[in-house]
Amino acid sequence: MGGPDMEMGGPDMAPHTPLRSGHPGKAGAPLDCPRSAGRADDVRGKVAAGQRLTREDGRWLLAEAPLLELGALSQEARFARIPERRVTFVIDTNPNYTNVCITDCQFCAFYRKPGDPEAYTLTVDEVLARIESAASRGATTVLLQGGHNPALPLEYYLSLVRETLRRFPEVTPHFFTASEIQTIATVSGLTVGDVLDRLHEAGQRTLPGGGAEVLSSRVRARIAPKKGGPEAWLEVHREAHRRGFKSTATMMYGHVEQVDDVLDHWDAIRKLQDVYRGFTAFVPWSFKPGNTLLEKWIKHYQGPNMYLRMLAASRLYLDNFDHIQASWFSEGKRAGQIALHFGADDWGGTLFEENVHRAADYVNTIGVEEMIDLIRDAGFTPAQRTTEYDIVKAY
Amino acid sequence: MHFADSRLGPVWDKVQRSERLSREDGALLFETQDLLGLGQMADAVKSRREGERVYFVINRHITPTNLCVLSCRFCDFARKKGQPGAYEHTIEDMVAMVKPDCREAHIVGGHHPDWPFEYYERVIGAIHAAHPHVQIKAFTAAEIDYFWRRWKIEPKESLARLKAAGLDSMPGGGAEIFSSRLAKLLHYTGKADPERWCEIHGIAHGLGIRTNATMLYGHVETLAERVEHLIRLREQQDRSGGFLTFVPLAYQVGTTKLVPRQTPPTDSLRTIAAARLLLDNFPHVEAYWVVLGEETTSVALHFGADDVNGTLEDERIQHMAGAQTPAGVAREQLFRMIRDAGKVPVERDALYNVVQVWGA
Repeated sequence: MGGPDMEMGGPDMAPHTPLRSGHPGKAGAPLDCPRSAGRADDVRGKVAAGQRLTREDGRWLLAEAPLLELGALSQEARFARIPERRVTFVIDTNPNYTNVCITDCQFCAFYRKPGDPEAYTLTVDEVLARIESAASRGATTVLLQGGHNPALPLEYYLSLVRETLRRFPEVTPHFFTASEIQTIATVSGLTVGDVLDRLHEAGQRTLPGGGAEVLSSRVRARIAPKKGGPEAWLEVHREAHRRGFKSTATMMYGHVEQVDDVLDHWDAIRKLQDVYRGFTAFVPWSFKPGNTLLEKWIKHYQGPNMYLRMLAASRLYLDNFDHIQASWFSEGKRAGQIALHFGADDWGGTLFEENVHRAADYVNTIGVEEMIDLIRDAGFTPAQRTTEYDIVKAY
Repeated sequence: MHFADSRLGPVWDKVQRSERLSREDGALLFETQDLLGLGQMADAVKSRREGERVYFVINRHITPTNLCVLSCRFCDFARKKGQPGAYEHTIEDMVAMVKPDCREAHIVGGHHPDWPFEYYERVIGAIHAAHPHVQIKAFTAAEIDYFWRRWKIEPKESLARLKAAGLDSMPGGGAEIFSSRLAKLLHYTGKADPERWCEIHGIAHGLGIRTNATMLYGHVETLAERVEHLIRLREQQDRSGGFLTFVPLAYQVGTTKLVPRQTPPTDSLRTIAAARLLLDNFPHVEAYWVVLGEETTSVALHFGADDVNGTLEDERIQHMAGAQTPAGVAREQLFRMIRDAGKVPVERDALYNVVQVWGA
């Protein structure tokens, strides 16, 4: 479904291989000649031998492989890396310190321009009150992010980190995505490296991976022109990993990207991961068009089959990533449970507070008990983890 | 094919040779952790039969009444006379529910304490007269059995009279799980038992009335009871041959709460796939979107299902039990479920005549 919709919606987009979630096949074909045996065995052999998949392999995974065959291959890779039937989750919250933003991304329903009547910026104390509320419910990770608000000084960000660590030592401050770090650097007249050094001094050790969208110049120019090309995001993560930070890599698909854009993204993060091993996990999710500037171009959500394909293909292609995260939050609990059979080994977090998807009219909630039940129901053993994927408690 | 669970290898050999699967094979399909190995086998069978086609129907569900003399423990829908929410539709109401573009009227209701058989006959006759192009799929074997219990009209007679009035086919409900243990436990002993249910479908098939078959799963039944249920259906199909579609029904927790929450989507995918493999003599296996939800339905089209049911403008029974899906989903939404899976939507009527093949 993605292909035609994206072509319809994406002006100036060259025709490339469209993403497809199904596969060709004909009634009456004999049962004993699987449609893709050769290719699948080829990929299976490479994965077993620890051999890296090529871009050509990646195109097959994303555009042609029968979905369940791809899923089965990804499960082989998943169990080779994590032999236990364990699926991890984190108790976390995702507050936002400001919705003021000057970047005008077309896919975002959350931001407000400076001076907008609905614009808000929380004080350090107000943010800490939200962290306190989540910490009292057992949160160990606070994923804090916000708009690109040029009115906020460096000291604001540093005190958020310092005060969080001082008052809630059990909480890991998983603060500020790459584009916020870029904004802080610009506003304070420092380099990205300088900003990261200051955050490190304040005690921060991990960064969230949001804002990557699809790391392809073509796509970012179309949907997030003021965020800079892929290098803007990659620079921050490279500099962070070099300093010992850990981070995640995300991808938001289901808008104007084509197969080669996804492969550009995966090639870039796989290459960076070879150098520093700084990424803990890869986290894909699909674009939600509600209330955004892109809505008029992209009418439909990418559905569950494409989500399963993305997860399974990323598990195989990103051979140097330990963890692939299934997002019950963005894709729904049912798709999240099925995803555990398609290469994912982590179920994300409780997200006690979340505002960005909510702004696109997409709302899901979950508690720790329900999370444990749903992972078990899907046939796996739940385990609580930290931000850095260390096991806190096995169930 | 490459299996994570090597025990599936011999099953696959049988499937490739079109050899019938045994009870033990069935037990393995429900027990294996290799969900995708199971799914790939079922997908191969579905694709051999139907290629990339997935069927749907523009239909209307009509529930004449929720008054019911039974008190099945899994049912959120039934009411007693005078209870809040109890209703009885008139024939005029029901005729008006059928819209011009509808291809199938699906009529299933409670076991009404007083309505005479002739009332049901008149319902069918009136809808048929007003909408002669609409195929009427009406009354489960449990209702046909009730016409005998209440009015002493033999199934052969009631079915022949309904057919004469305009009935085209029969839905597959009322089978629940074929198990005397569960019939007692869940208080459905007052309903057609497995022998009777199968007998009535056999009679219908003998009269040229095609029927469906269901299985209510995901409550307190065992996996062995599911296998037994499927094997009995397969045996009945061998005898009478008139089943069109197997429709597994995931139990809706609603307020009856036999279990704390709905069975997971992975269990529904497993059940659909196992059914596709065991029911080698059933033309179709359905992923019924109202009980599964859109995401699971769409994924199930890779696990052996070749039908999603239809637009069903009313589905009171499942909705009173809290099914999450919005009622009255339009054709466009069915397209999305089917096309997201990369399949070709084929609009059908109640008897699987193709109305239109829509673009992929």
